[in-house]
Amino acid sequence: MTHLPPLSRRFFITAGLSAAGGLAIGTILPGAAEAFGLNAAPYAPAGDGKAAEVNAWILIEPDDSVVIRVAQSEMGEGILTALPMIVAEELECDWTKVRAEYADAHRNLTDGHPYRRMGTGGSGAVRRSREFLQQAGASARARLIAAAAQQWGVDAAACTARDGKVTHAASKRTLGYGALAAAAAKIALPQEPAIKTPEQFRLIGRPQARFDTPPKVNGQAKFGIDTRLDGMVYAAVTTCPVFGGTVKQVDDSKIKGRRGILQVVPIPGGVAVVADSFWRAKQAVADLVVTWDKGAAAKTSSDEFRKEYRDALDGPAANAKRSGDVADGLAKAAKKLDALYEAPHVAHAAMEPLNATVHVQADRLDAWMGTQDPDGALLRAAAAAGMKPEQVFIHNCFLGGGFGRRAINDELTQAVIVAKAVGKPVKLVWTREEDMQHDRYRPQAAIRFKAGLGADGLPVAWDMRTAVGSISRSLGRDPVASGIEPSAVEGLANVPYAVANLNVDCILKNTHVPVMFWRSVGSSQNAFALESFVDEMAVAAGKDPYQFRRTLLAGKPDFLKVLDTLAEKGDWSKKLPAGQGRGIAIHQSFGTIVGEIVEVSVSPKGEIKVPRVVAVVDCGHVVNPRTVEMQIESAVIYGLTAALYGEITIKDGRVEQSNFDAYEMVRFADAPAIETHLALSGGSKWGGIGEPGTPPIAPALCNAIFAATGKRIRSLPIKNTDLSGRA
Amino acid sequence: MQAMIEISVNGQIHRLDVEDDMPLLWVLRDELGMTGTKYGCGIGQCGACTVHVDGEAQRSCSLPVSAAVGTKITTIEGLSPDSSHAVQRAWIAEDVPQCGYCQSGQIMAAAAFLEANPKPTDADIDQNLSNICRCGTYPRMRKAIHRAAALMRT
Repeated sequence: MTHLPPLSRRFFITAGLSAAGGLAIGTILPGAAEAFGLNAAPYAPAGDGKAAEVNAWILIEPDDSVVIRVAQSEMGEGILTALPMIVAEELECDWTKVRAEYADAHRNLTDGHPYRRMGTGGSGAVRRSREFLQQAGASARARLIAAAAQQWGVDAAACTARDGKVTHAASKRTLGYGALAAAAAKIALPQEPAIKTPEQFRLIGRPQARFDTPPKVNGQAKFGIDTRLDGMVYAAVTTCPVFGGTVKQVDDSKIKGRRGILQVVPIPGGVAVVADSFWRAKQAVADLVVTWDKGAAAKTSSDEFRKEYRDALDGPAANAKRSGDVADGLAKAAKKLDALYEAPHVAHAAMEPLNATVHVQADRLDAWMGTQDPDGALLRAAAAAGMKPEQVFIHNCFLGGGFGRRAINDELTQAVIVAKAVGKPVKLVWTREEDMQHDRYRPQAAIRFKAGLGADGLPVAWDMRTAVGSISRSLGRDPVASGIEPSAVEGLANVPYAVANLNVDCILKNTHVPVMFWRSVGSSQNAFALESFVDEMAVAAGKDPYQFRRTLLAGKPDFLKVLDTLAEKGDWSKKLPAGQGRGIAIHQSFGTIVGEIVEVSVSPKGEIKVPRVVAVVDCGHVVNPRTVEMQIESAVIYGLTAALYGEITIKDGRVEQSNFDAYEMVRFADAPAIETHLALSGGSKWGGIGEPGTPPIAPALCNAIFAATGKRIRSLPIKNTDLSGRA
Repeated sequence: MQAMIEISVNGQIHRLDVEDDMPLLWVLRDELGMTGTKYGCGIGQCGACTVHVDGEAQRSCSLPVSAAVGTKITTIEGLSPDSSHAVQRAWIAEDVPQCGYCQSGQIMAAAAFLEANPKPTDADIDQNLSNICRCGTYPRMRKAIHRAAALMRT
């Protein structure tokens, strides 16, 4: 093996992590650390030593170009462009000279958390960072102005900053940021400047091309799986097909002496084969004969779980919300409805299978991967290696999809164990089969509603009950002693519709199948049930589903604006021919309201086509309108795949689906035209955008199918319902 | 001792000491270090590994390297030297990629498709292109394919 030189900045870059198109990744090295604030002295010389770090987020080079650091992970949602826009808005730099790079988790750990939380999830990149990113830009701008004023001997208040230059109008003097950055870095402001209010924005709210597009059309964008290090070897893994099972015995006689095979390494619940190429490792791992101890869950099945979740609805529950008297309201109702909805486990199935490349040395560990949680990955790697967190460096790459899955990096633990065992840098890659069968899935759920309608057809009482897997329990984070997990009842406990008597109960119930955040989390299954049932109520009341919702949302102007815009843009009042239908749904999640109208056609054979989806969004404010459109399209299609096809089933304790042949995806032929419209309420609302487009699609589609066929679908995925002869 | 295998990738001849049945995908990625071509499923389902073999779109995860001997292989790295292929230009203009992982394969599939179908309808696209994109960039890819078709005609 080639002996590796000590890791240096150059090593990181030549290791294949500097993407073309102006994206540099992981260029921060450990250095003298001191407590860091917006006003503090620069952290360390950066780049070639000529650029000045004005604060932890901003580097300015002598040619006035600006590097803005991004603490969240780029997994398609466009934050690599949107977050720099927020900083640049205040910095008043020349946007055409801005580049983005990832912030460094090691620095976040050792330098007083200048990047705060680095996790990406909960559609929170903009809404949870916006203010302090604006502040970072404003602070740097004020210091650049102060540096110029100092140099000119004038009052800073008489200077202005724009397009990367400071100008003193009275004396007609101008200096570029590049000439001022080093001095600005040493300036401490007496107080931080105020940040802009939305009406002052000049960059935020205007569509900008994404920074990550150019390297993503020529193969240059580096994902974790593309990492290549000197002397690197490859690992493929197999873990017990029944979750929680262990290895009894490994017979590796079939792979002994095979070309390129280096080592067989035990990992938790499984075994890794290390080879000099991934393909050889993958072939070999498939030829291992492993005897498993499958544990107590080895006989379980989805049918059994489905019954257990249904039965649990009749058992004890924790109360998440109560107003009025539901029993009394139901007793007095003119009409009663009762319906059971069910949602199965679904897989994340990101296009890039999970992987991590790890190099362990005596006093440091480096990991290259795509993670949604660099802070957590750092601690995880340290724990797995038995090293101090300060010795670990996470080099985050582009993520080939995340959708929640890359928030918990099981693959990193394995890679650390294997890298330690072989003493070389190891790239560990999950096969698609491993990825699909060892996901942490969307929880299975059974949701029952009982509603009473008054003489006017409007609901007077509504009882909701959900039996669903607890994500906190599954992750071992929290036993959830209260019996209520916010994500389990999101969308239900905060139902926006007016009803005098409401009760929401929660039954947390887990099986051996691991569950986790799946794009839009609890809202995905809860909105399906809730918005389908609202349609059922409207039908029972003999009312138009749009008008019915309108009545129940009286006094909620933001919901009404979305709903009315949706009805208009989605041609709600226009008739469709027989066999076609239109469905509507509206849901608020992650601070954003999204309404969707789906048009569907159902053939006599029961085949479904979705030609058109219209979405209306109120996320308060928009940073990059282009990425908002893209995220709605993405969220709709992600949710459409789940609604039509998504179902992970368990037989003999193990997942039955293992690849895209058995786990169907929406492709071109299924993909609708999608129109996105904004109905922004502005004000103090800054909603998320990565997830809120997903929840309405399943119910809007099912409501459209009902409109076309009269068939109400209460159990996903739709493919399991025979619609032949219904249209 | 294995016989050396000779393949032509992006106009360059490579002599390799690999098994006949190693899929072209892994030859490109691990032996030649050309990581633009992606692993998605390994069974020819998703198309992330699409390359051109004598101008035809092929899923390289399911093509043994021995079957590519004597052909001209083009990968995303060789589609154009400067992202100037009509499909790449159209992809940039429409800001198609999101996570971007499937996009090399999508672009290679679209480029070969447009050679055979210079003026496609949406129905042609739906019938002929089947690569998976989990980010759901299909509506934008449709627009970009029409834009690329127009660029190729001018």
